[in-house]
Amino acid sequence: MRQVTKLFILGGLLLASLGLAQEVTITYWQYDFGARVEAMSQLIAQFEAENPDIKVLQETFPYDAYQQQVAASLPAGEGADVVQLFYGWLPTWQRSGYVEPLPEQYFDTAQLDAEFVPMAQAAKWQGKYYGLPTAVRSLALFYNKDKLAEAGYDNPPATWDEFIEIAQALTVKRGPRFTQIGYGIAPNGQDHHLIREVLTRQFGTQPYSDDGTEVLYGNDAGMQAFKFYTSWVTDYEIGIPEFVPGNSGYRDGFRIQENIAMIIDGSFAIGATRDAAQFNWGVAEIPTLENGVKANFGSFWMNGLSPNAFKDPAKLEASAKFLEFITRPAAMQLWLDVVGELPARQALIEDPELASDPIFGPFIRSLAYATATTFVDESAQRSVIVDAVNRVILEGADVESSWMQAVEEDQALLNQFAQ
Amino acid sequence: MQARADQEPLTSKKRRTGLTLATRESLWAYTFLFVPLLFFLVLRIWPAFQSFYLSLFTWHVDPAKREFLGLGYYQEMLSDPKLRRALLNTLLYTAIIVPAQLALGLGIALLLQAIGAFKSLFRAIYFAPYVTPAAAVAWVWGWMYSVNFGVINNFLIEWSIFWEERGLPWLVIDPQPFLSSPSQALVAVAVIVIWQNLGFQVVIFLAGLQGISRIFYDAAKIDGANSWNLFRYVTLPLLNPVMVFSIIISTIASLQLFDQVVNVNFTDQGGPLNSTLTIALYMYQEAFARFRLGYAAAVTVLLFFLILMVTLIQLRFFSRRVEY
Repeated sequence: MRQVTKLFILGGLLLASLGLAQEVTITYWQYDFGARVEAMSQLIAQFEAENPDIKVLQETFPYDAYQQQVAASLPAGEGADVVQLFYGWLPTWQRSGYVEPLPEQYFDTAQLDAEFVPMAQAAKWQGKYYGLPTAVRSLALFYNKDKLAEAGYDNPPATWDEFIEIAQALTVKRGPRFTQIGYGIAPNGQDHHLIREVLTRQFGTQPYSDDGTEVLYGNDAGMQAFKFYTSWVTDYEIGIPEFVPGNSGYRDGFRIQENIAMIIDGSFAIGATRDAAQFNWGVAEIPTLENGVKANFGSFWMNGLSPNAFKDPAKLEASAKFLEFITRPAAMQLWLDVVGELPARQALIEDPELASDPIFGPFIRSLAYATATTFVDESAQRSVIVDAVNRVILEGADVESSWMQAVEEDQALLNQFAQ
Repeated sequence: MQARADQEPLTSKKRRTGLTLATRESLWAYTFLFVPLLFFLVLRIWPAFQSFYLSLFTWHVDPAKREFLGLGYYQEMLSDPKLRRALLNTLLYTAIIVPAQLALGLGIALLLQAIGAFKSLFRAIYFAPYVTPAAAVAWVWGWMYSVNFGVINNFLIEWSIFWEERGLPWLVIDPQPFLSSPSQALVAVAVIVIWQNLGFQVVIFLAGLQGISRIFYDAAKIDGANSWNLFRYVTLPLLNPVMVFSIIISTIASLQLFDQVVNVNFTDQGGPLNSTLTIALYMYQEAFARFRLGYAAAVTVLLFFLILMVTLIQLRFFSRRVEY
C-alpha cells in the first residue's frame, strides 16, 4: 500500500514538473520611471491573462545605471529577454550584439512599415527592425501663460521673431545677473536636437545625407541655423545656460521656480509639468521662420529582443508574443493614458480628438513632420553639438570655426563607425 | 610502564603533525588570512588581468565574435585628444587636491588637538561631509556656485558694492561663472572634493598626533625648544608615516576621481568642454554610453599603471624611518 502511495506521489510530481516545463518565463527590462513601470505592469497582467503559460518578470534600474546593467549582464547570459532601449543607442547596441533583428516568422517588415509612424524607421538597422516602440515623442514649446499675459501676449509665438520679442520682454536683469529669463536655454537638454534636427531643416538643409554617412550641416544653411541659435545668448540675451542649477535646471526653472517663461521640451515632460506647475501653462508647436517650414525632432524608446531570447525556441516565441502585445493599439492607448506618451501607430495619431487636445495636440501635429535623427553614436554626437555651442557662449569662440569643428568631429564619428 | 603509557599518546600526536605549537598557530593565521587574500585575488587581481585581456579585442556580447586587435586600442589612445585632456585634468586635480587636503587636514587636526572642549563635536562636524552622498553635495555646491543665485556670487556683489562706495574700485570682483566656465570648473570641482574629504584627513591626523608620546615634547621643552621647534622637529618627523599614508590614499582617490565630477554636471558629464573630465569618467563613458568596452578596458589598464607608478614613486620619496 505504501509503495502504491509513493508511486502516486512520484507520478504527481512528474506531471507537475511537465506542467512547469511548459510554462515559460521571460524577463523584461526598462529603466525605472514610475508611470512607465506602472503602465508596463498593467500590460503584463493583461498579457499573462491572455497567455497563461507565459510569465513575464519586469525588472527596472535607475536611468543612470541602465546601460551599465545591460552592458554587464547580457555578456554573462543573464538579464533581459525583451529589453527597452533608446532608439539612438541602436547602432552601438547592435554592433556589440546586445539586440538581435526581429525574427521574420513573427514580424512582417512591410506590415510594420505601413502601420507604424514613419519615424519608427529609426528602429531599423540595415533594413531590419531591431525593435518596436510602444510610444513616440516629439518636441514643443512649453510656455507660462500667466507670464506671457502679464507682458501683454495672449498667444504663444508662431515665428522665431515673435519668440525673440516675447522672450526679451520676459527677461529681467538686475545688475550683471538675471533674475528671470525668457527662454530656458539648455544645449545639453533638448536644444542640441533643436539645432541639429529642427533649425537646420528650417534654414534649408537636412543634417545628414540620406544614407547617414555624411554630415551636411556644414553648409551655409546649417551655419545660419547655428548662428541663429547662439545669437539667443550672445545678441538677444534671452537666456543663459545653467540659469537654474541642477540636472535639468531649465525644467525646474520653468515648472517650479517660475523664473523661466518658455522652454522647449519633449512630450515626455507633460506629466511632470502637470504635477509640478502651479500656474497656467500651455504648449505650442515649435516656431518657424518667415518661410513657414516646419520641422521637429521625434524620438522613442523601443523594445528589442536580446540574444538571451534566442536561446530556446519556446522563449523566443514567448518574447515575440510579448513584444507584439505591448505594441498593439490597445497597449499604446493604455501607455498614453498612464504615461502620457504619444502612440506609435499611424491609425492612432490620426485620431481627431487627440489632435485637438490643447496639450497633446501640438505634439501630435508635430509628429507629421518630425524626424528621428539617424545617430551612429548618440552620446558622442550629442557632445559634438553641445561643445560647439559652449565654445561660442562660454569661451567666446568664433561662431563659424566652432561650427566647422563640430562638422569635422561629427564626420569623424560617422567614419569611425563605418569602419 | 605506567609512565610510558601516559606519554605514548602525546609523542604519537607530535609525530603525527610534526609541528610545534607556534607553527600550528601561524598556520591557522595563514588559513584565516587566505580567505581575504582569495577574495582579493579573485575580485581584484584577476579582473585586472581580464581587463588587460579584454583591451586586446573589439567588444561583443558573444566572446566568439570579438575581433582580435592586439595593441590597436593602445595605439588609438596615443592619438586621442579627449583622453589626453582627461589625463591632464586628472593630474591637475591630484596636484590641487592632495597638497590642499594634507595642509588643511593637518592644520585642522592641530587646532582640534589644541582645544579641550567640544573636540569630538568638531571632529563629527568635519567628518559629516565625508559621509554625505556625492549627489547631495554636488547639488548644494551647484547652488552655491550659481552665477545668478549663488551665495558666493551674492557675497562678491555685496563686497564690490561695499568697496565701490568707499572709493576703492580696484577691490571690486565681478560675479564669477565657476562651474559653467571651462577655465574655472576644474578648480571649482577640486574645492568640492577637498571640502568633502577633509574630514577623513582630519581624523587620520588626529589619530597620528595622539600616537606621539608626550615624552618627546617634554624632553624637547627641557632642551629649550619653542613651539615652532616642537612642530618642526618633533611633530612633523613623527607624523611622517601618517603623512605618507594620507598622501598615498588621497592621491589614489584623486586619480580615480569620478563621483563629484559626474554629479556636478550630470547632463554634460565632464563638461563644460571636457574641462572637468577625468580618466575614470572617460573610461565610464566609453564603456557604458558608447559600448566601447574594449577601449574602456585599455583606459583602465592605463589608469592602473598610472596609479601604480605614482604610488611607488611616492613610497620611495616620502618614506623615511624616523627614530629618536
